[in-house]
Amino acid sequence: MQGNDACAEGAVAAGCRFFAGYPITPSSEVAEQMARRLPKLGGTFIQMEDELASMAAIIGGAWTGVRSMTATSGPGFSLMMENIGYAAFTETPCVVINIQRGGPSTGQPTMAAQGDMLQARFGSHGDYSVIALAPSTVQEMFNLTVKAFNLADRFRVPAFLMSDEIIGHLRERVEFPDEVECIPPKTIREGMLPFEPEDDLVPGFTPFGKGHRVHVTGLTHNEKGYPASTDPDLHEKLVMRLVEKVERARHEIADYDIVNPEAEIVFISYGAPTRAVRQALLDAPGKSYGHLNLRTVWPFPEGLLKKFTNARVFLVPEMNLGQIAREIQRHVDQPVIPIPRLGGALHVPSYLLKSAEEHE
Amino acid sequence: MSAEDWFREDRLPHIFCAGCGNGTIINCTLEAVDSLGWKIDDTVFVSGIGCSSRASGYIKTDSLHTTHGRAIPFATGVKMAKKDFNVVVFSGDGDLSAIGGNHFIHACRRNIDITVICMNNQIYGMTGGQGSPCTPKGAVSTTTPYGMEENPFDLCELASAAGANYVARWTSYHVKELTQAIKTGLQRPGLSFIEVVVQCPTNYGRRNRLRDVQSMISAMKDHALLKEKRDRLLAEGKPIPDDMFVVGTLTDRNRPALGVNE
Repeated sequence: MQGNDACAEGAVAAGCRFFAGYPITPSSEVAEQMARRLPKLGGTFIQMEDELASMAAIIGGAWTGVRSMTATSGPGFSLMMENIGYAAFTETPCVVINIQRGGPSTGQPTMAAQGDMLQARFGSHGDYSVIALAPSTVQEMFNLTVKAFNLADRFRVPAFLMSDEIIGHLRERVEFPDEVECIPPKTIREGMLPFEPEDDLVPGFTPFGKGHRVHVTGLTHNEKGYPASTDPDLHEKLVMRLVEKVERARHEIADYDIVNPEAEIVFISYGAPTRAVRQALLDAPGKSYGHLNLRTVWPFPEGLLKKFTNARVFLVPEMNLGQIAREIQRHVDQPVIPIPRLGGALHVPSYLLKSAEEHE
Repeated sequence: MSAEDWFREDRLPHIFCAGCGNGTIINCTLEAVDSLGWKIDDTVFVSGIGCSSRASGYIKTDSLHTTHGRAIPFATGVKMAKKDFNVVVFSGDGDLSAIGGNHFIHACRRNIDITVICMNNQIYGMTGGQGSPCTPKGAVSTTTPYGMEENPFDLCELASAAGANYVARWTSYHVKELTQAIKTGLQRPGLSFIEVVVQCPTNYGRRNRLRDVQSMISAMKDHALLKEKRDRLLAEGKPIPDDMFVVGTLTDRNRPALGVNE
């Protein structure tokens, strides 16, 4: 099965019943599969006029209490930034699939890239936090889509599946579990205000039509949900909470594989380059290089870096000019060497080994 | 229940300027939803950005005050995800026809079962009186200090051409007709569009020799031409004065609609 189809199947299995999207290569198969699947399940697929509208529509859908998703690629992701900020600020749980392609601008529609990793974290204006997952297999396209819905609901944030054209169009065997775990957002507790945080800093959800009579606004708002946009302390407290609720849970959210934690030379990768690193390690059985594969990229699980107690150098192959390498360097004293690959072709394992040998 | 029961009282007083007509339109809308027996918890008001769009926050239902121009796609998501909601959009002329123009066209084309009420004050009021796509030719705004050079939109013709089932235009002076039009629109399956020309003495009137509320309302009243009268003038081959705008029910039909709760 193709990665994009596995993603759609994961969404369906997770109970997603509303999809709004706009066609864009290389993500369109996700929309096409949702268009085939949802009407038969009592759900709704709608093709919107653009990505601004797609993102708006899934936020509207989410507030009716229905798991909602859209899928896109770089140019569409840029257009979604406006309402991604709205979703973050209004604590709307929703899922955005980004099958990344070469940018900037129209770039390389049919070729893979990982150029939107910082945009996913920082692309909309103002400070906020989100969750971003990165699959490196078709099975993970399924599994991490399910996980994205659960995390979006758990933390009431937009959750991104930051995939790429290689994994989106890759065909591999996938096993669908008989049942997937779907954890709905916690509902608001009696006597609490709609945007009043609980101990975990996340307020209970108040979907429409249940008598909560909630006002949802993109203006700075108080715990009632009412605009209060000129109170400096209130604004600061709100933004800090929205960032903290995700950032302080980063090790709970972290999903990763660690190979050879005693290694002195350690690869760190996510998404398609993880496949190249794994092949490189197989190709060099005599070497004991380490590998950290990140399935969660944001919030960045920096504590994992400390597990490599002997690390002298971190090598970071990415299909961009070192977006996450820069994040890694913020957290460690050792040198972090980006191994960028642009243009759509994946890193060659022998090239990765050569890079590693240079640091022996 | 009465219309007053729909107000979110703990949000009052509102932020509208003295003499603003937006409150009149909210009143007419709540009269209409209440007279139809709609329930607060089955109804969702959605709005974008601008003076008009503050309306959703003064109403007790679940409501979405969204981003600039995007109220309609948010409303589309609410309606398509749960068709049993009654969904009403408040928008302004800038929100709806400039930044949100494409969404407006496509909502009309889909003929989605929502009601869109546009408070057309012919200006960007919230941001201090810049020209909008509905600012009349020659009118002065902060961004058209020598008079507007561009042609204004006729939002009703646009909605009708794009496929909306019900299209009407009134002014904030025509309270009874407006309430009836909203009522009809709320009941009509498919997209209902009601444009309300509304006075903005603060940011439109004072730069266009209509400083006081009364002269603004009189000007609206005097320049409103009933559709029936327009049709009669046309039939008689008489000219339609350039400075008049047509009010009344402009489109009323039953084309297939999207999102109708069966």
